[in-house]
Amino acid sequence: MSDAVTVNPCKVCSPLGACVAFRGVAGCIPLIHGSQGCATYIRRYTISHFREPMDIASSSISEDSTVFGGTAHFSTALDNIIRQYAPAAIGICTSCLSETIGDDIALFLNEYKASHKGVALPALIRASTPSYKGTHMDGFHAAVRAILECAVKEKTATVEKQIVLLPGFVSPADLRYFKEILADFGFQGILVPDYSETLDGPSWDEYHRLPEGGTPIERISSSANSVATLQLGRALQGGGGDWLEETFGTPCRRLGLPIGLRESDALFAALAELSGLPVPPRYAKERGRLIDSFVDGHKYLFGKRAVVYGEEDLVIGIAALLNEIGINPVLCATGGVGETFRDGVLAVTGDAQRLFPGELEVMHDTDHDTIFARAEALKPDIVIGNSKGYKMARKLEAPLVRVGFPIHDRIGGQRQLHVGYRGTQNLFDLICNALMGAKQDKSPIAFMYV
Amino acid sequence: MSAAILDKRRRQVATVTDGKAAIDCAKPSLAGSVSQRACVFCGSRVVLYPIVDAVHLVHGPAGCAAYTWDIRGTVSSGPELHRLSFTTDLREKDVIFGGAEKLERALRALIARYSPKAAFVYATCIVGVIGDDVDGVCRKVSAEVGIPVIPVRSEGFRGTKKDGYAAACDALAELIGTLEPTEPVPPYSINILGDFNLAGELWILEDYYRRMGVNILARITGDGRVDDIRKAHHAKLNVVQCSGSMTYLAKHMKETYGVPFKQVSYFGIEDMSAALYDVAAFFKDPLLHEKASELVRDEVTRLLPMLDFYRERLTGRKAVIYVGGAFKTISLIKALRLIGIETVVCGSQTGRAEDYETMAGLCNPGTIIVDDSNPVELSTFARERGADLFIGGVKERPIAFKMGMAFCDHNHERKLPLAGYAGMKNFAEEVYGSVMTPVWNYVRRDSNGGVA
Repeated sequence: MSDAVTVNPCKVCSPLGACVAFRGVAGCIPLIHGSQGCATYIRRYTISHFREPMDIASSSISEDSTVFGGTAHFSTALDNIIRQYAPAAIGICTSCLSETIGDDIALFLNEYKASHKGVALPALIRASTPSYKGTHMDGFHAAVRAILECAVKEKTATVEKQIVLLPGFVSPADLRYFKEILADFGFQGILVPDYSETLDGPSWDEYHRLPEGGTPIERISSSANSVATLQLGRALQGGGGDWLEETFGTPCRRLGLPIGLRESDALFAALAELSGLPVPPRYAKERGRLIDSFVDGHKYLFGKRAVVYGEEDLVIGIAALLNEIGINPVLCATGGVGETFRDGVLAVTGDAQRLFPGELEVMHDTDHDTIFARAEALKPDIVIGNSKGYKMARKLEAPLVRVGFPIHDRIGGQRQLHVGYRGTQNLFDLICNALMGAKQDKSPIAFMYV
Repeated sequence: MSAAILDKRRRQVATVTDGKAAIDCAKPSLAGSVSQRACVFCGSRVVLYPIVDAVHLVHGPAGCAAYTWDIRGTVSSGPELHRLSFTTDLREKDVIFGGAEKLERALRALIARYSPKAAFVYATCIVGVIGDDVDGVCRKVSAEVGIPVIPVRSEGFRGTKKDGYAAACDALAELIGTLEPTEPVPPYSINILGDFNLAGELWILEDYYRRMGVNILARITGDGRVDDIRKAHHAKLNVVQCSGSMTYLAKHMKETYGVPFKQVSYFGIEDMSAALYDVAAFFKDPLLHEKASELVRDEVTRLLPMLDFYRERLTGRKAVIYVGGAFKTISLIKALRLIGIETVVCGSQTGRAEDYETMAGLCNPGTIIVDDSNPVELSTFARERGADLFIGGVKERPIAFKMGMAFCDHNHERKLPLAGYAGMKNFAEEVYGSVMTPVWNYVRRDSNGGVA
């Protein structure tokens, strides 16, 4: 297809990622400086995945503000949000519109603060997320960095056992598991963001305007005092961890998203080193069981061909796992625009490249139409990605293992565990069972013992 | 109730007394109020989306196209071009240097590949700001490829969702009257305006009309075909549902082609039956009326005993209705009453003053009526009025669920037909299952008036 047109995008726009990240700050409500539709579309898209309330305010830019600037609407928006939600923080992100008309949010905020002298205002976090630049992943990372830039003003003294974890765009279940791991190493973790409760909460006894959970701004403000930042994601550059290191000298450990045995090992090794403690026995056992299952399942997997698509670091993580279990990742694709994706995939697929030479294809800045065209030629046995590949998988008559975001056609996307030994185990079982199931279903003999 | 309402919104909320409720409406959404509305683009996209043999190209960054990719329950009896998402995916350099050239190449590529009957080009927010000559590109490509290429003035900030409906109607108006039928048009020919064939609903209606002896000329826009729409001016009558989006087009057709129109709704027994009788009455043919009566009698005789079952079990329950179009709210109030449920809170995103008057006339004293509401208001009103059931769309669902309330989707995403007599049965079934499920035994219903 022509380079002038994208058919079935393999991405959404940057304010979406920012809004998700903002939900991981305690008492924070996102505000998109844009048309009313930006907030509403993003609400609908995220609600359908997380199945949780997702209030996002809008500055509701109208025709007059595109000519005269959006200041009036913007301060009205802030006033009304504060009145309705009494938030601890407002996570402000921009849109293609506000960036194109050149609204200066920093200036707005200064004026707003000046006109509210003596009034206790919520933290006003500001991320630049023009939709024409990057994808929802870039918006997510921009918001994480913006949260830190807003909250962290100084480094006083290093606090032993305090660590910052920048997990990237993972599921609430993944975040809960990360918190468990950090606690078991004796760390006081600062997760930015932590939407493990806000986007996967229990049934409520009473209605909350803003859901409980999230990392408090006050807690984030001490981030620079941590022994280190763990910044997950091989494709990520210029993240919040980089900023903390450049600004305050807080060491940044750049690790892959821990999917697969080796990427998980790297995380646990870093935690063991930073804590001075051995890997707790429960994780050593999880690791042992994972390897045992690799052995149990390998006959069903070797040489099977997989198409993987989605956010850069998720795809790299899945590729790392496939590489370990003998599946041939014939196509790894992302709608993300960065060049670092290719390096990441290549770095974690050494065994696959040796076993299946010349077969691995890596595509970035692509769309589902292009992915499908390649996949048709590559004839995969399995497709791994979010719900947006369902029609492709169906046409290919290959099972779809749903991972990442969005999962719009199944329940439980927010509870899907991807990371660490336990998440890898979950993915391994899903992948293995999908392949076993497909073989069983396609066989004319209805074996019930395989 | 007052604590939850922002000062500038107070006049958009009213309580029914003596069948009346004074309410302000048709205003832009208040910034920061977390309106449930979308934008102009959304309004246009939602109306034109079901035209299945056209290319729908979203000119702008990829987000607007990505969020509207195959999200609706609208179905096609033939081509499925509407289920693809096309965008010029504008990048920073396009924003700086202009996107017109990219748009032109995108159009040519799509038309060459898919051979559509027409192409719609949706202008998103920044297109209006960077000043791309979308009209010029559309004219040029149309002249060269010989199909209608129609710009849709749907920049998100250019008003409300309702202005987007008007922009879509303008685009449709460009199509209408551009093709002449090759065969004679049957005398009792109508166009269906404002049914979007969600879960095949239009086919249910089409069956009813066919049984009466009425021919459907153009479906605007559910299961819509470009060539049918181009010939739509030959219909004798426009039958308009979704008055909020389609009255504008109906008025245009009346002025331009002299095609009269009737407003109807296909939800619930009363409105569905009235729709059939109105069409029969229009053609002044006793045979049509007789057939309509027969059809209504057959369908209602079959349906009513089934509804008795639900009414006996649901009587006394209370509902909140908050949907996009007011016509739907009005029908739902009546449909719920058929199964014993009273509406205690109702509203819409885009209703007109006369719509809210109708609602007030249908509701009991004390019912809250609200225009362009938001989660804080809706959750507060629902709790204050002790509602058991919420009828809305995806964005309202978590409000209901977190409060331990049953919820039914009556929006464009749904996959269950709710129109016609068959739809009324589905609706009753869905309400019943949603209200009666034992899962509510495990949630604590919040019924105190306070806010957490």
